[in-house]
Amino acid sequence: MLLLALDTATPAVTVALHDGSDVIASAAQVDARRHGELLLPAVDRVLAEAGLRLDAVTGIVVGIGPGPYTGLRVGLMTADTFGLALGVPVHGVCTLDGLAYAADIEKGPFVVATDARRKEVYWARYADSRTRVTDPAVDRPADIADQVAGLPAVGAGALLYPDTFPQAHEPEHVSAAALAGLAAERLAAGEELPAPRPLYLRRPDAQVPKNYKVVTPK
Amino acid sequence: MADEPLVLGIETSCDETGVGIVRGTTLLADAVASSVDEHARFGGVVPEVASRAHLEAMVPTIDRALKEAGVSARDLDGIAVTAGPGLAGALLVGVSAAKAYAYALGKPLYGVNHLASHICVDQLEHGALPEPTMALLVSGGHSSLLMSTDITSDVRPLGATIDDAAGEAFDKIARVLDLGFPGGPVIDRYAREGDPEAIAFPRGLTGPRDAPYDFSFSGLKTAVARWIEAKRAAGEEVPVRDVAASFQEAVVDVLTRKAVRACKDEGVGHLMIGGGVAANSRLRALAQERCEAAGIQLRVPRPKLCTDNGAMVAALGAEMVARNRAASSWDLSADSSLPVTDTHVPGHGHDHVHEVSKENLYS
Ligand SMILES: [Zn+2]
Repeated sequence: MLLLALDTATPAVTVALHDGSDVIASAAQVDARRHGELLLPAVDRVLAEAGLRLDAVTGIVVGIGPGPYTGLRVGLMTADTFGLALGVPVHGVCTLDGLAYAADIEKGPFVVATDARRKEVYWARYADSRTRVTDPAVDRPADIADQVAGLPAVGAGALLYPDTFPQAHEPEHVSAAALAGLAAERLAAGEELPAPRPLYLRRPDAQVPKNYKVVTPK
Repeated sequence: MADEPLVLGIETSCDETGVGIVRGTTLLADAVASSVDEHARFGGVVPEVASRAHLEAMVPTIDRALKEAGVSARDLDGIAVTAGPGLAGALLVGVSAAKAYAYALGKPLYGVNHLASHICVDQLEHGALPEPTMALLVSGGHSSLLMSTDITSDVRPLGATIDDAAGEAFDKIARVLDLGFPGGPVIDRYAREGDPEAIAFPRGLTGPRDAPYDFSFSGLKTAVARWIEAKRAAGEEVPVRDVAASFQEAVVDVLTRKAVRACKDEGVGHLMIGGGVAANSRLRALAQERCEAAGIQLRVPRPKLCTDNGAMVAALGAEMVARNRAASSWDLSADSSLPVTDTHVPGHGHDHVHEVSKENLYS
């Protein structure tokens, strides 16, 4: 087994190669505005570090969010197209699950929260690092204070709102290495992973911008 | 012919997910998935809706194009993609797909300009572009007059709209007349049964001191809307066919007049018209009439190649390969305001990314 994992659902652009038992190589850069530019060079670097070519990969693992849409789609579109070109399966993993796995908490409960912008967080509750007990949701921190009270929390969304998450700690962002590790465990156990489709959790802003189709430079 | 470059092109600058395949100037496949129906109730393209649709449609559309062309992805000589201009989020989906596809197949990547692609697509219809060529691009997003002496390296803007795009004016007038979205085809249909001289609507920017090649449709749009509202306020029936015909005439009169004038001023013997509005029957007829009178050869591709599609991107990509233009780097980004003069986005000189890549790619 050789998995190429990638995630662009948080400000981190993260890529890892995993052979089923260990991470062989990984890369991560935090830049919320440049997912599109950074991802392919990161894949290239990780492969070079491992001395492998992309066609050695037997499966793709991709973070399906929830996350800010534009960045999220970069990872998903890249994974989809790799899958098409290589003829290998593409597995989805909830990005919050990847963070929970990276947190390495054997006994919860705890919360994972990422930054959803607009003063909201994407979040879910976990019984332990491998067991999510609520569906991923998007809410204002103050509105979920009761549901997360007294629980440790990880992720940038938790670190950003200490009033709601006083026990927030690292990891801040998901890592593709964790995503791959979790996927490898689940695949080895014969579990089915979700389809690589995005978790947007919000409807699109259905506003037609002024001069909506104008793309001719001034 | 087998020596000509086989290129797959991806276009996602607005609401069409287009994947086309060409061999040189021969069209092999033109697969398009449109999200236009999802935008109709908003009266315009909603960027986030378009971006979501591109992500879902991309892989099936690539598959469809390959089947249609009857070629194997392994045989491609390059992957071309619209790098801009366009909607930022929508462009990024196409650029991500193109990069991943090119990288996985070990093919060079060409990020190209959407407007230059609109011009280059005519090669698939009428053969190699004459050099120079004058191009009038008119759609919901563009109203530009461009001149090119080499479509891979030299596109000069002579004029553009200073407010609304021509197609936008069609959409807005259709909305005022309650005819739905998009407005172009339906206005064209009603106009055929109306009198183009029934109402004298203004011709924007046609005064002696106005910029000779720029366009303005905002004043026209307001004049037409006011005229309709005045009729309604007076309790009179709005003559939809005459309004459609007179409005359309005002638009195409200015477009063709300025395009022909540009050809004459610059001594260019060929005019190509592209973009969705090029499907307008009156625009085609009047352009033909005026070009003939001026001794200019008119080239208008079939309507399906005028609207946004992947074949036009593939056509320009094939020309990039044929003329040995530099490929793009793996850090190619989508540029929503890519200048029209940037026909493509070549990789940087000291490209370590590319150096490393060669070892990882298929031989
Ligand atoms: Zn266009």
